[in-house]
Amino acid sequence: MSVRATLAGTRADGRAALVGYLPAGFPTVEGSIAVLAAMVAAGVDVVEVGLPYSDPVMDGPTIQRATETALAGGTRTADTLRVVEAVAATGVPALVMTYWNPVERYGVDRFARDLSAAGGAGLITPDLIPDEAGDWMAAADRHDLDRVFLVAPSSTQERIAMTVAACRGFVYATAVMGVTGAREATSTDAPVLVARTRAATGTAGLPVGVGLGVTNGAQAAEVAAFADAVIVGSAFVAPLLERRGDQAAGIAAVTRLTRDLAAGVRGAGSAGR
Amino acid sequence: MTTYADARPGPGAGATAGPDASGHFGRFGGRFMPEALIGPLDELEQAWRSAMADETFRAQLDQMLREYAGVPSLLYDATRLSQAAGARILLKREDLNHTGAHKVRNVLGQALLTKRMGKNRVIAETGAGQHGVATATACAYLDLDCVVYMGEVDIERQSLNVARMRVLGAQVVPVSTGSRTLKDAINEALRDWVTSVDDTHYLLGTAAGAHPFPAMVRDFTRGIGDEAREQVLALTGALPDAVCACVGGGSNAIGIFAAFVPDPSVQLYGFEAGGDGVETGRHAATITGGDVGVLHGARSFLLQDADGQTVESHSISAGLDYPGVGPEHSWLAETGRATYRPVTDAEAMKAFALLSRTEGIIPAIESAHAISGALDVAAELGPDAVIVVNLSGRGDKDMHTAAEYFDLAEAGPELGPGEARQVADERAGDLHFDETPGETDPLP
Repeated sequence: MSVRATLAGTRADGRAALVGYLPAGFPTVEGSIAVLAAMVAAGVDVVEVGLPYSDPVMDGPTIQRATETALAGGTRTADTLRVVEAVAATGVPALVMTYWNPVERYGVDRFARDLSAAGGAGLITPDLIPDEAGDWMAAADRHDLDRVFLVAPSSTQERIAMTVAACRGFVYATAVMGVTGAREATSTDAPVLVARTRAATGTAGLPVGVGLGVTNGAQAAEVAAFADAVIVGSAFVAPLLERRGDQAAGIAAVTRLTRDLAAGVRGAGSAGR
Repeated sequence: MTTYADARPGPGAGATAGPDASGHFGRFGGRFMPEALIGPLDELEQAWRSAMADETFRAQLDQMLREYAGVPSLLYDATRLSQAAGARILLKREDLNHTGAHKVRNVLGQALLTKRMGKNRVIAETGAGQHGVATATACAYLDLDCVVYMGEVDIERQSLNVARMRVLGAQVVPVSTGSRTLKDAINEALRDWVTSVDDTHYLLGTAAGAHPFPAMVRDFTRGIGDEAREQVLALTGALPDAVCACVGGGSNAIGIFAAFVPDPSVQLYGFEAGGDGVETGRHAATITGGDVGVLHGARSFLLQDADGQTVESHSISAGLDYPGVGPEHSWLAETGRATYRPVTDAEAMKAFALLSRTEGIIPAIESAHAISGALDVAAELGPDAVIVVNLSGRGDKDMHTAAEYFDLAEAGPELGPGEARQVADERAGDLHFDETPGETDPLP
């Protein structure tokens, strides 16, 4: 299933989509499949499956701890594809969020082929800019995959236009100059960046997703007022880290959070758990 | 295949080799970085290029290097080492620079650039602490705030350098993620930089990372080779047959190679840390024993597993203990312009002892890798050869490691001078320190 179709649907419904992230293999491979299934059941529209990597420079301590756990547990690239397959079977689109080296090591075209075969929708590539992405752009075309690149408050208008032109599915606007992690307040940079990005996409064009820092339904509602998709990562990981060893409690907490966020992207939602 | 010379820009601009306009050395280098840092990297590149074209900036940097850092360093005709090696060996004495290594050239250059960019805060990564100490020194000298990221494992191993940084006024931040070593300190510095880039420069310690760092660090360290080339011509009337350097990230090596790259008669040798031996898997010989991939912003050789996860490196020398290497070295290796070979811990320590005993110069263990490699090159090239070796740093920082390796620290108080020497000789192997001149082949 493609992200394009899902985001066209949420747009037609007059709301933002909820995009939820979890690393494959956290807390275990089977555990990540179970948690993601609960997230989908509680209202996540698009799933980002994180591919655990040894050197995650864009991630703050919460996601670092989760991906370290996944790697220490022996999670391999093939396991990430297995998680994608399980998520895709639930009927929502599954993107893989991955640093570039594991894909290059697997083989760019081979990865695209296997991702497509697993029912995956495409890739979000936090350390791959379109300037370096020739192989991936071609492979994504060959296998009809979405490719989500990032724009940032520090991006020039020229780079935003170039990045938007390279994206398919949506463009990921990083709301703050910083790494992943929950933040108390939403960023004042975010609406400005989204407006600058829309200047490049056109109003009916490529959807704009906003990520970095969204923790609760109220923040999600704030972001949903100006973005097409609200991306949440660390906030899903944190309650699982707090409840390690008790999967049922972790899933219950994640379910509560998802419901709150799902209400948020529909314009409601609370300010905390 | 594209040759190294093909990738070089036209004459002028200091005639440095590469990279192309997008920061690539052949298929290596580039920018594999979050978009948020692309703007800052562009800004840095512009600031650096404009600074290097500005005579006032260059004059100020030259003056700092001369009057503060003790540059140019000597090129020393090491006659006793040459006798042992069987060829004429000239040592580029970067160990005599302020802070005891070539690194002062890079940190002064980047710190002055930081001032020029109007920034007041510097962050850096450090493994053994050498780059951290050099950065803290430059920041004290130029009145900049300094934060050094250092893995918890390294902090335990290098407590004296932690103290040195703190004495110099730097804040040392322990890094507790990943393998808690150098590569994780780089990750943490990058995470700081993406949040602080408005007022902060990331003073990267080696010729690696995203463009423009590899080219910028090379150009700040290329004085090593520019000076050595002039000095060797003045001393011998000819270019050397070979230039040797150790390679971790590769800043001292690229600094001495750069001037000689356009001289086809000069063979370039980079010596990587072979650790316990490349075949054991416990090494840091990235080009010899690694594969091409992407780490810390550039495509280059690196140590990785089947899934592309970075593998921890191993070396007795903390300064070479890094699973990546600068992209220009990968390009020099792939084009055949330079040759890279591994030197094991044991071989390096033997050369460490040899240089100490023949010349009264205790090298950094990093630099001892270059000495060891040069001994092999000398044997291959024969007695008429002239070999320049970059003695990139002094060994004071390594005395704890050396004392442990040679069993000197524990046995010391109970042994007489002769006995201690005997123990050291046993560990150092068959070095024939007692040879008097005349017993070995005379110099040409």
